[in-house]
Amino acid sequence: MTVDWNLFLDSLWPITQGALKGTIPLSLISFVIGLAIALLMALMRLSGNAVISFIARAYISAIRGTPLLVQLFVIFYGLPSIGVTLNPWPSAVIAFSLNVGGYAAEVIRAAILSVPKGQWEAGYTIGMSRTLTLRRLILPQAARVAVPPLSNTFISLVKDTSLASVVLVTEAFRKAQEIAAFSQEFMLIYIEAALIYWVICLVLSMGQTRLERRFDRYVAR
Amino acid sequence: MSHASNSPEATVLLKATGLQKSFGDHEVLTSIDLQIGKGQVLALIGPSGSGKTTVLRCLNGLEIPDGGEVAFDKGPTVSFTSKTTQRQAQVLRSQSAMVFQNYNLFPHMTVLENVIEGPVRVQKRKRAEAIAEAESLLARVGLAEKRDQYPHQLSGGQQQRVGIVRALALKPSLLLFDEPTSALDPELVGDVLRVIKELADEGWTMVLVTHELAFAREVADEIVFMDQGVVVERGHPDVVLRAPQNERTQQFVHRLLNPF
Ligand SMILES: Nc1ncnc2c1ncn2[C@@H]1O[C@H](COP(=O)(O)OP(=O)(O)O)[C@@H](O)[C@H]1O
Ligand SMILES: [Mg+2]
Repeated sequence: MTVDWNLFLDSLWPITQGALKGTIPLSLISFVIGLAIALLMALMRLSGNAVISFIARAYISAIRGTPLLVQLFVIFYGLPSIGVTLNPWPSAVIAFSLNVGGYAAEVIRAAILSVPKGQWEAGYTIGMSRTLTLRRLILPQAARVAVPPLSNTFISLVKDTSLASVVLVTEAFRKAQEIAAFSQEFMLIYIEAALIYWVICLVLSMGQTRLERRFDRYVAR
Repeated sequence: MSHASNSPEATVLLKATGLQKSFGDHEVLTSIDLQIGKGQVLALIGPSGSGKTTVLRCLNGLEIPDGGEVAFDKGPTVSFTSKTTQRQAQVLRSQSAMVFQNYNLFPHMTVLENVIEGPVRVQKRKRAEAIAEAESLLARVGLAEKRDQYPHQLSGGQQQRVGIVRALALKPSLLLFDEPTSALDPELVGDVLRVIKELADEGWTMVLVTHELAFAREVADEIVFMDQGVVVERGHPDVVLRAPQNERTQQFVHRLLNPF
């Protein structure tokens, strides 16, 4: 088997473009919204109110107990049958955000619980409210604990966005599929797509390391 | 040793009456009455588990008693019932500041940030002003050059002095100390006690939970001895520590002074 390097080089830019216009913004937007959902769900789970806590628990269970592909199909192909029709992009963003929200909620909850109770009390004794204590003292400390697992969530998300190709979002993998179908060079093009995902994830891992180092400033080693 | 404010006519700063607290069916405080005059130092002593920490925590609303009342002179009064919420108890916190046994400094903030957090974020004071005050307080306890370090870079004794400065920066009317030297290596205890002694001499009002009986005798105007959730004996340090009337007090003092 000979490698068609010309095809490889010619398709590099289109697939990368798919990553730049599809994969990366889709991942970033979904992750940010997902984190907000996750924080809300984590706080709801930790709240003393049984009903609120139950709602969060049910949400997390549903997200974690069903395939992402199915969630994506429910939103893109299912919702129109009850009169809600969404474009590919919003559908994908909603599905991925909800998904991240379910997974990251448990990470954030655990990180919050890992902060010693004395930190809450120290906040209260200097006159802080619960909310201010959470924002100024607990979340910054929880963030350090949450960086490695949340980085995993983010890296998974980047790869999972390839599923958006099935709801017609133009991202890296869909570009690759188009080129492969056209050129019939499946092996070459899919390996090329895999390499591009790998590079993105390597960059993210480096970012994770830097972030961890920044947080390590204030812990004894 | 005895302050001018020790006289009977000293204004009462804080009056706690009938504090009662149970955890489940374990009654931890039965009916605690305390009164602290302005500028007075009250030392709370007693065996481990007797309820000293719980008393302190009730005084600032960190723990909600099941019954009783905490009243500050010219300040908030909170009558506790089983329905009292954290939010209602929160008014007590503007009056006091607490120094913890294990410091509870904020590890993600520098020494200076630890100290100004309350003044700036809670009391809404000007940042520059809060920093200037924090610096002079840090200098007082010999930690001026540590202002930009993180807590983990300090020794236990230094951390506890930061804990004290963090409390002072709030300008509370009452300082609560919960065994401030119990977690320290013996050679570091003196530095912290010296600071507390200075504060007492300056006229700060404080409640001090401690096992350092010699120190309590030195700084306290009144000693309160607790056992199993009740005040067993109270009075002048010379009496309670030298010639205790109650048998349980006698045993406790004897055990602490003769550990072997
Ligand atoms: N949050 C809590 N839940 C259950 N029991 C507690 C709690 N806090 C304290 N206690 C119990 O209350 C008693 C008094 O505790 P504490 O006030 O810490 O005593 P001290 O400070 O004198 O050692 C102990 O028996 C302790 O186990
Ligand atoms: Mg205690």
